[in-house]
Amino acid sequence: MTRLNAGIPEGPLAGKWTAYKSGCKLVNPSNKRKLDIIVIGTGLAGASAAASLGELGYKVKVFCYQDTPRRAHSIAAQGGINAAKNYPNDGDSAYRLFYDTIKGGDYRAREANVYRLAEVSNQIIDLCVAQGVPFARDYGGLLANRSFGGAQVSRTFYARGQTGQQLLLGAYSALSRQIAAGNVTLFNRRDVLDTVLVDGKARGIIARNLVTGEIERHAAHAVVLANGGYGNVFFLSTNAMGSNVTPAWSAYKKGAMFANPSFTQIHPTCIPVHGDAQSKLTLMSESLRNDGRIWVPARKKDVEKLRAQSIKPSDIPEGDRDYYLERRYPAFGNLVPRDVASRAAKERCDAGFGVGRTGVAVYLDFADAIKRKGHDTIDALYGNLFQMYEQIVAESPYETPMMIYPAVHYTMGGLWVDYNLMTTIPGLYAIGECNFSDHGANRLGASALMQGLADGYFVLPYTIGNYLAAEIHTPRFDTAAPEFTVAAEAVSDRLNQMKNSGGKESVDHFHRRLGKIMWEYCGMARNDAGLTEALYLITELRHEYSRGVRIPGALDEYNPELEKACRVADFIELGELMVRDAQQRKESCGGHFREEYQTSEGEALRNDEKFAFVAGWEYRGREVAAGLHREELQFNEIKLSQRSYK
Amino acid sequence: MALAGLFLVTFLSVHLGINLMLLKNDGGRAFTEAATFMGTNPVIKVFEIVLFGGFLLHIIFGLMVSVQNKAARPAPYACSNSSDTSLFSKYMFHTGIILFIFLVLHFFDFYFIKVGLVAPPQGIAIHDFYQRSLLLFSTPWYSLLYIVSFIVLGIHLNHAIQSAFQTLGWNHSKYMDAVKVTGSTFSVAIAVGFSLVPIYILLFLK
Amino acid sequence: MKFTLKIWRQKNVTEKGEMVSYDVSDISPDSSFFEMLDTLNQQLIMTGGDPVSFDHDCREGICGTCSLYINGRPHGPVKGVTTCQLHMRSFTSGSTIQIEPWRAKAFPVISDLIVDRSAFDSIIQAGGYVSVNTGGVPDANTIPVPKERSDAAFDAASCIGCGACVAACSNAAAMLFIGAKVSHLSQLPQGKVEATKRVLKMVARMDELGFGNCSNTYACEAECPKGISVANIARMNRGFIGAKLFSEKEKIIKESL
Repeated sequence: MTRLNAGIPEGPLAGKWTAYKSGCKLVNPSNKRKLDIIVIGTGLAGASAAASLGELGYKVKVFCYQDTPRRAHSIAAQGGINAAKNYPNDGDSAYRLFYDTIKGGDYRAREANVYRLAEVSNQIIDLCVAQGVPFARDYGGLLANRSFGGAQVSRTFYARGQTGQQLLLGAYSALSRQIAAGNVTLFNRRDVLDTVLVDGKARGIIARNLVTGEIERHAAHAVVLANGGYGNVFFLSTNAMGSNVTPAWSAYKKGAMFANPSFTQIHPTCIPVHGDAQSKLTLMSESLRNDGRIWVPARKKDVEKLRAQSIKPSDIPEGDRDYYLERRYPAFGNLVPRDVASRAAKERCDAGFGVGRTGVAVYLDFADAIKRKGHDTIDALYGNLFQMYEQIVAESPYETPMMIYPAVHYTMGGLWVDYNLMTTIPGLYAIGECNFSDHGANRLGASALMQGLADGYFVLPYTIGNYLAAEIHTPRFDTAAPEFTVAAEAVSDRLNQMKNSGGKESVDHFHRRLGKIMWEYCGMARNDAGLTEALYLITELRHEYSRGVRIPGALDEYNPELEKACRVADFIELGELMVRDAQQRKESCGGHFREEYQTSEGEALRNDEKFAFVAGWEYRGREVAAGLHREELQFNEIKLSQRSYK
Repeated sequence: MALAGLFLVTFLSVHLGINLMLLKNDGGRAFTEAATFMGTNPVIKVFEIVLFGGFLLHIIFGLMVSVQNKAARPAPYACSNSSDTSLFSKYMFHTGIILFIFLVLHFFDFYFIKVGLVAPPQGIAIHDFYQRSLLLFSTPWYSLLYIVSFIVLGIHLNHAIQSAFQTLGWNHSKYMDAVKVTGSTFSVAIAVGFSLVPIYILLFLK
Repeated sequence: MKFTLKIWRQKNVTEKGEMVSYDVSDISPDSSFFEMLDTLNQQLIMTGGDPVSFDHDCREGICGTCSLYINGRPHGPVKGVTTCQLHMRSFTSGSTIQIEPWRAKAFPVISDLIVDRSAFDSIIQAGGYVSVNTGGVPDANTIPVPKERSDAAFDAASCIGCGACVAACSNAAAMLFIGAKVSHLSQLPQGKVEATKRVLKMVARMDELGFGNCSNTYACEAECPKGISVANIARMNRGFIGAKLFSEKEKIIKESL
């Protein structure tokens, strides 16, 4: 028997959300102020949810590890946010956005959720404009749109290369307004280390005050997780240094199922690794592929000369260059989807054609575009990105080709949620990147911002009321209750144990090792033998970590090494689950590429008959393999087909 | 403070105008006439009080703001700030103090004599500012002190004028450059204009 | 490359701190400033020392978390970048680098190089928003906004709230931060509705928090990693004076503070 019931409303797809909203239970205003909600994370999803719930009259406590909510990593999103406004009159509609999202996700997302996402997308734009988000405008004063990530319609709204920042500041301002109004209380510089269940329902959390080290207990009628993605399991990623899986992972260990953990997105255009001290990768906007041509030398001889710096890239004649994307995918060329572009770069570098000092980079060349469009046009389009690149690499893309390489960017997997965005623990919700629901096996560009805000502003405020309507007679909880005491003591014990393990190596040492294993065996291309090897290596690493990590400082003070230690411990366990998930999924789809399952031309080969399901993993204990539950995906509106970009 | 400062700027212009009459080769007639007018006209008398008010406000606000600013950073940096800013803008308080000392000195030399608080030097009538000026500026060290003070005033004004526009919100991308240039020109004019008198006296009348 | 680092060490908010000297070597010129500090911390951990605490998160110049005062300049010697985007090639090997936290009464030091900037949150809470609730807003294209106006609003809105303006200011003033937010919102029709109330409340909160006054040295503009113009301060001043002089609502707002 499967425990995964998505609870999708009956009726035709386009009417499901309307029907749900008309039928769901409501909480009257005088009861809302008697109900407490905890929100963890202040990115687009968390901040928008906390603000909206505060506006409705609930008493909200919001937590973030940063010093202020405005710094959550949503801020780093560059490209834009999709909406089916159809302002350019190019034939867009909610249905088309829904269709593109399902197809882009390689048919591994739930139809009803995705349709709802497309449906509310327009409201997001309206609200953000009303909040004062300065979206790009045309000379007529109306909003501008652009085509993004190879979409056939222009549905992306943007604010220069800082769309995420502007949207987050909008949500942050709405949140600040509710904090001032007293509806929301902010707890900054807090790590949420555990979820507390009372009688099987989520009723609170255990947090560590990062400044004083105090272990705090917080109770509520419902808990909302919005702690973002787990890309940092790879050590090097485009995520923020502090991005972590810990709140979601603690929920997983308390019974919330984790869905499709192996679905990670590798972004093709990042600045390559420069050396061993590297701590973080920087993304260059996907828009660069609109004008840049990607190539590597066609001859090994030239590769060697380039690495020895005896020739410059411009010395290689046109005939000796391999524009491999244009060669392999003549129809889409340099604009193939992210997963395809990333794998192709890896393929060339693995074959020994990579450039740069390390040999793991490919060229993104603007020479042709500059010739064709002129220096000034290119400058207007990409000036700030070129500047950013030059700042980091100390080379000007006007003079020499950029070097890029794929990097981990986004995680489609996450906590399993039903149509209400509730996990398998009653009263525990997961929104934004930390749930699995809308992007299937691959996320389209400019859809992450849309999903975060849709969940927080327009979905959760309805669905959480449906649950809380039955809780109006539940009095506020006392955090002295035994469930809280047990959880708080468990957290303290865990921290003590880690602190006193008497190890010799730093947290980063283990994190780097984990990252290497994950990148090597569970990255852009996976195979059964590699995954088996990874499983062994990670188990070994986990044991070493438990007795070998050194954490300086004390528990009751500001201690960044201790923070990292908790996060990495969870990453190691998560890494293991990702590998298991990747091993179980014997097909290639979206960001998950199994080398055994590809077409004769090297393209991903899906197996819809056997794998058109969501894999929900259930925690069964530290030394026991997690249990797999399946949620079969029903495609009633869309006919499944093979993606082709030839 | 900005408004009071701008008001003081108008006073400086009038003062400079009268001082420059000293340069007129008429044995000080025009200057004395103007000085007498300024000293006796009832409207000017009223303005004198307003002027004192302006000085007082400017100084009091300046002191208050400086105290608050000091309190806003109780622990100093070990490495002093090397941000790319105009050098003198950071020393408005210091130039202000120098100017205040000069002002007190200046009062002893002229204003206090006029109102009878201080006796004039021997042989010079209470209201004879012309002879008084000639006598003072014939002393080279005094002239030097005077010129240095006005260079300091020029520096103070150079930042102050555009700063006052900024503080009052009279900032427009189209005109701000003009404001800055005009402000600097005016500051130079004040410094040079006031310095001309002692130089002239030293060179030609001594 | 190798460097001598003089770093401010302070256990917590109550204890006294001091500058401590460290040596690092084998630093790649391509390393970021933080990667150089990571190397130092690894060294300290392995030798039983206490690693240096510093604030950092996105490491791509947008979150505004990083906050180091390097050789007398917030975010170091390169113009228009945050500390995390600073690379060691901007320094000469063998030199001494002084690293201090932001210094301001409103930004108390929490640990080593980390300061508490919640004063900025408090200022935004005082009025740095448009009072609209989720839902029930007009279609996004109902009100056209001239492109130039919208672009100017964006320029102001690009503030990352890092606090370099306060750190650079000889008076520890927060005028550029507030000016940017006031300017961003007051230039858009959506934000204009509450412009009077907003500027009065935000300035009042700023004064309460103990920031200094603006003496127009423009160090803030020179150090702002996002190049925000002091014209925004003038715009705020204009709004503030107008509100003080002409707004009948001022008394009501005062009472609501």
